[in-house]
Amino acid sequence: MIVKIVSKNFDIPNAHLLDVALQNGRYGSLKRLFSLSSQAVIDEIDKSKLRGKGGGGALTGEKWKLIPKECDKPIYLVVNGDESEPGTFKDRQILEFDPHLLIEGIICTSYAIKSHHAYIYIRGEYVFWAKRVQNAIDEAYKANLLGANVGGYGYALDVTLHRGAGAYICGEKSALLESLEGKRGHPRLKPQAKEPEWFFGNPTVVNNVETIASVPFIVENGADAYLAYGTEKSPGTMLFGLSGHIEKPGIYELPYGVKMIEVIEQIGGGVLGGKKLKAVIPGGASSHILKADEIESITLDYESLKENGSELGTGGMIVLDESVSIPKAMKNLFEFFHHESCGQCTPCREGTGWVDKILGKILDGNGTKKDLETILDVCDMLDGKTICVFAPSVAYIARSYIKKFRSEFDALCTKG
Amino acid sequence: MSGFTFSKENEKYFENLLKRYPEKSSLTLPCLWMAQYQEGWISPEVMEYLANKLETSPMEIYSVASFYTMFNLKPIGTYHIQICKTLSCALRGSEQIKRHLVQKLGINVGQSTKDMRFTLSEVECLGSCGTAPCVCINEDYVQNATTQKLDELLDGLSK
Repeated sequence: MIVKIVSKNFDIPNAHLLDVALQNGRYGSLKRLFSLSSQAVIDEIDKSKLRGKGGGGALTGEKWKLIPKECDKPIYLVVNGDESEPGTFKDRQILEFDPHLLIEGIICTSYAIKSHHAYIYIRGEYVFWAKRVQNAIDEAYKANLLGANVGGYGYALDVTLHRGAGAYICGEKSALLESLEGKRGHPRLKPQAKEPEWFFGNPTVVNNVETIASVPFIVENGADAYLAYGTEKSPGTMLFGLSGHIEKPGIYELPYGVKMIEVIEQIGGGVLGGKKLKAVIPGGASSHILKADEIESITLDYESLKENGSELGTGGMIVLDESVSIPKAMKNLFEFFHHESCGQCTPCREGTGWVDKILGKILDGNGTKKDLETILDVCDMLDGKTICVFAPSVAYIARSYIKKFRSEFDALCTKG
Repeated sequence: MSGFTFSKENEKYFENLLKRYPEKSSLTLPCLWMAQYQEGWISPEVMEYLANKLETSPMEIYSVASFYTMFNLKPIGTYHIQICKTLSCALRGSEQIKRHLVQKLGINVGQSTKDMRFTLSEVECLGSCGTAPCVCINEDYVQNATTQKLDELLDGLSK
């Protein structure tokens, strides 16, 4: 089941160092890259149907095409390494074991969108990983793989590492750009029609670390090689995560379309301690929870998860065994959501806190049936009334927990 | 009058960074980091200094600094122990680790020991779900943390 495209060098000792990286094929895509025109690179990525790996799954080629063809302003590439969705720990594997793959991907992407400066935004807590990446950037500059003449091909590119400082919402691309501009990480209003992102008013592409790391393979081997993996609509591979009650937690690169239950049982070694599976949160905390009997038919691709009322998200699966109290798990996540709401929109800032408080009351044994209705009312208030998708997705998942595990909530609401 | 200035090294780093961003305001987070490394926390003097440096107001710096949880707006202990409490770590025993550390250090979450040696915090997802539970001491992750592992580490520090 496991394939190795992005994770090819993860097990090679010291692959984070330039000389080892070079021996193992890093920067191998540059020759073909610079033989192509920028447009041809975009067409290749377009053809590969490479989807964004940060959670949304948007087509990467479509995003790149939003950059205006004729543009007298500088164009920027911003790499989103703010990874902070609970259950997600995939980008850090790339940053730790193969940072030169990321830099190679940045070179490919920058050339395609005609950018000469890229920023890598890494979450503040990832100090070790930021140092790794900075070291790789320094090595690349010294070897003329970055700078005025990338690889001797006459293309100029600078890469700057920028550290966040502890804010989940900065993983949202417009909040990330606000943060990069030196402000509070408040998401921006969405435009009516599709347009690029803007960094100080300059057209900008924001892509996830893993997305960028998937680009060199496609540039080097062509789109067809990538299309050979995965499903028709979700081609290629993804770094899937397993955490929670699982025997072998970790990150595994798999083609899209493999059965979730097989991944849990065969790759993850099954539920921890041989206990019974109760539920899976499939793609980070912001995806709908799935009951054990729901996952039998599910395959790990965007379409299958959507058909089954959830999302593939970041591919970070959190496995819950039979001993887990769902109301308690939900409270845990609402403490997270309340803490991480950026506070810009009142419904989200207050609503997430109210749900957290009400859940606390229910867990303390003081809940009534009406409290559950209040939570669902608050969800209606959260849904569709805010600037970014944080609040709506929180509302959806709250409803999914209550709907699917209603009897557990009811059993706790003993005060009428 | 501001009682804080960048060290020579930070000043040099600041000049380098200026060339790497289209606008000065982008340096807000990097400057806050440099100041915090130098001073230990973001004091009012730091805010005033950075406001001058970045041609903005101290209030603007405060607004940004207070948004990000990693900037300390008050002094903290030499060792900042941060327990990840989000779901994957909670499923793997972060609560037990918290109880142990509260008892061991004799302080509650959010407090510092009297000698300002340790500060205990609970934090949201550290992105270490596959090696849960995770505790971060200053900037180092202790992964697959156990009470025994933490005891050994902390006792080593205390000496």
